[in-house]
Amino acid sequence: MNRRLFRKVKNGVFLLLSMIATMIGLACLAAILWTLISHGFAGMSSHLFTQMTPPPGSQGGLLNAIYGSAVMTLLGILIGSPIGVLAGTYLAEYGRNSKLSTAIRFINDVLLSAPSIIIGLFVYEIVVVRMGHFSAIAGALALAILAIPVTLRTTEDMLNLVPIGMKDSSAALGAYPWRTTLSVLYPAARSGIVTGLLLAIARISGETAPLLFTALNNQFWSTNLNAPMANLPVVIFQFALSPYKEWQDLAWAGALIITVTILVLSISARVLLAMLQNERGSGR
Amino acid sequence: MQINKAKKWLLIGAAALGFSLSAAAADISGAGATFPYPIYAKWADAYKTLTGVGLNYQSIGSGGGIKQIKAKTVTFGASDMPLKPDDLKTAGLVQFPMIIGGVVPVVHVKGIQAGQLHLDGATIASIYLGDITAWNDPKIKSLNPKLMLPDTAIAPVYRSDGSGTNFLFSDYLSKSSPKFLSTIGANSSVQWPVGIGAKGNEGVANMTTQTDGAIGYVEYAYAKQNKMAFSLLTNKAGGTVAPSAESFQAAAANADWSKADSYYLILTDQGGAKSWPITGASFILVYKQPDDAAAVGEALKFFAWAYKDGATMAAELDYVPLPASLIAQVKKTWTAEITSGGHPIWSGK
Amino acid sequence: MAIIDPRHAAKQLIYERIFRSATLSAAVLVLLILGGVAVSLVRGAWPALSHFGFSFVSREIWNPVTDQFGALAPIYGTVVTSAIAMLLAVPAGFGIALFLTEMCPPLLKRPIGVAVELLAAVPSIIFGIWGLFVLAPVLQRHVQPWLIAHLGHAPFIGGLFKGPPYGIGILTAGVVLAIMVLPFIAATMRDVFDTVPPMLKESGYGLGATTWEVIWNVVVPHSRVGIVGGIMLGLGRALGETMAVTFVIGNAHRISSSLLAPGTTISSAIANEFTEAVGDLYTSSLIALGLLLFFITFTVIAAAQAMLRRLERRGAAGL
Repeated sequence: MNRRLFRKVKNGVFLLLSMIATMIGLACLAAILWTLISHGFAGMSSHLFTQMTPPPGSQGGLLNAIYGSAVMTLLGILIGSPIGVLAGTYLAEYGRNSKLSTAIRFINDVLLSAPSIIIGLFVYEIVVVRMGHFSAIAGALALAILAIPVTLRTTEDMLNLVPIGMKDSSAALGAYPWRTTLSVLYPAARSGIVTGLLLAIARISGETAPLLFTALNNQFWSTNLNAPMANLPVVIFQFALSPYKEWQDLAWAGALIITVTILVLSISARVLLAMLQNERGSGR
Repeated sequence: MQINKAKKWLLIGAAALGFSLSAAAADISGAGATFPYPIYAKWADAYKTLTGVGLNYQSIGSGGGIKQIKAKTVTFGASDMPLKPDDLKTAGLVQFPMIIGGVVPVVHVKGIQAGQLHLDGATIASIYLGDITAWNDPKIKSLNPKLMLPDTAIAPVYRSDGSGTNFLFSDYLSKSSPKFLSTIGANSSVQWPVGIGAKGNEGVANMTTQTDGAIGYVEYAYAKQNKMAFSLLTNKAGGTVAPSAESFQAAAANADWSKADSYYLILTDQGGAKSWPITGASFILVYKQPDDAAAVGEALKFFAWAYKDGATMAAELDYVPLPASLIAQVKKTWTAEITSGGHPIWSGK
Repeated sequence: MAIIDPRHAAKQLIYERIFRSATLSAAVLVLLILGGVAVSLVRGAWPALSHFGFSFVSREIWNPVTDQFGALAPIYGTVVTSAIAMLLAVPAGFGIALFLTEMCPPLLKRPIGVAVELLAAVPSIIFGIWGLFVLAPVLQRHVQPWLIAHLGHAPFIGGLFKGPPYGIGILTAGVVLAIMVLPFIAATMRDVFDTVPPMLKESGYGLGATTWEVIWNVVVPHSRVGIVGGIMLGLGRALGETMAVTFVIGNAHRISSSLLAPGTTISSAIANEFTEAVGDLYTSSLIALGLLLFFITFTVIAAAQAMLRRLERRGAAGL
């Protein structure tokens, strides 16, 4: 009798603990989002999207930083995702079982979780030092390197999900793999690949460390890719650690902008993925 | 459908292009000291409104400024710690003072307002050595008999990056305490035995305001702009002084710039009844024969403007503008030493 | 019967060759990038490593003026903050995974799961500023004084809780890291728990086991490899995290026995000091730190990936 009661109590205790753990996790998320929203909204003003980052003690906005982040993220994706998609295609179509593919998959997973500051150091050494100055293009390259593993992984997984029947039918009609891939596989895996792109964008738009030594920062409006360019994460880094109220408000507002963007992208990716799985499930 | 999409993107692209063409680009880039950053930023803003030329100044610390100018990634570097004449010669740089200001100790202790706390060099040195650990320590009490000091632990905040402000502060503490001199010494970056590190004058100001019981050291403009509780100091002559343009001016009045080789002059712990003990000049570094003569030319024009028209703005932030004789001397240095193809870059008066 | 135009066939073959080499080059590029990173790090770190030798990793001194650098303080900080993060996040992640797979009403499973994963999407700099402005004051005013008063004099562990309550420091950094890593561990563990065949669990219940007993004695042993893989993946992330830590670590190149003291980690040292490092030896020492971090995280992540792959293959084999 005693033993049974003990087991029941033990069961109850551990289940309670796990419920508490879940609530702590949710509470943290709620706390962070709440802080972000309350401070971020306080920092929001009509100037946010129309003025540049101000000198300390003055009002201003985040326009140059938002533009810079948008440009470098876009460039990063433009450079990185084709490489990721093509490489993922290779792994899915041509290199199913070769040693090279195993190695590449492995390396890719390592790159996926590697500290982004290392990538920043790498791009500093081979681009910034060679060019002699910081630049937006260096920043975009660092972001591209971070985007490749995400797109590669998703592309390979999505291509592998395409029913083998479709590939075989295409081959039976006499199509080379390139034709099959372009005309059959890519359209079939379309939403999956787009999910990968969204995840990559979400990943790189929040990165600070790689931009610290590549794009640096710029307090003015600049569209020159060959010069330092303002960007939201580094601006937030600088402004949050300053004692100026206006700057701190802008930092919170910028943080809110980044988080909302990334959350929207992540949720969209999820929704897309769910739609994709529903399609598969219904036997399309 | 496809054509409409393409049209939409073309429109956006054209708008972006138009946007970019209409805005002026920043021409001069500088990096370095956070000590003068509040006034440099103010000047840059006013200058851009006036002339359209932008000055992109990254306040990354004097150490960073020296590194970036040596790496030729910026047009000029800024440092509060003057480089020694030999170092300048080896690097091919010329330095000149831009503005004078003061470093003030700031505290964040419950119940203590600005200008209430009275400290001296030896006490501060003991705090940063870790010998004094609580605010109600007898040594602090003896300097402040009328103040209610709580039992809070002292959290010293120091500069974690290479910094001219660090140099000025540690130089002052080394002059005030032999133990500090032998254990820690004076330099832009030292090994602090206790306390928290923060980046830049901004970081120290922020961390001090954030942490209960903290003491830090910042350039006076930061303390003023952010309404921090600065302390009074006992100077070399034995008087109690508050930080202000007058006390910085008094310290700078003793300086004989004409005798200083490459303007290498340190203004801490100056004599004089009204002198602020932690005063210093902030310097600009440019190449003697720069690769981009046009950019340096623009920079010199900016500096000349700042010397003349920026003096009022500087005074508002309690910086001390350079005296006219020193400005004339600096311009002579420009003409004599900053050249391109044999001709001086500076063409003005 | 139509005869295939040989020119058409030849063109198709050319396209095939182009496409194949394009994808192959892209794939090889990935290898080259990692190789490039390793090579450039080694080259950049060489001056410092050859100058200091082994003493680089065994000394605490970090003095840019006398050009004396030792990585011991950053290594210590990295290891300790990650250890604290793991100590806090693993049980919590385990608890969340348990809740989601066994206890959660089906309607709430999706939203709660998504909410936990959204925590992973929040960029690390947000954790940094949240840690500095929200968590640190709470720790300074309430938690740390409590720890100092009650645990500071305890035998054995007392030394861990000494010193003034700064609010920031190694403990704070560890807590922030724990919150960052939590969603990864929780998600991985949940996925791993989900792959356990219901048959096995039903057998356990059929024998009269409580939910906890089924988890502990059936699910966990079955997903052992995945659990360890997930933990190591979380560890790899914690080791390399930069921005969240930089805000709250205190930037002190010192090793202190107290968890309440400020310290530094490899990535925050690099982030803070790189753009201002004057002198080749200083810059090279920072890159050497980066190389150390690369080496440590590579080993941990590689091991984790190997374990997770083993689990995938086992799963595919229908175990």
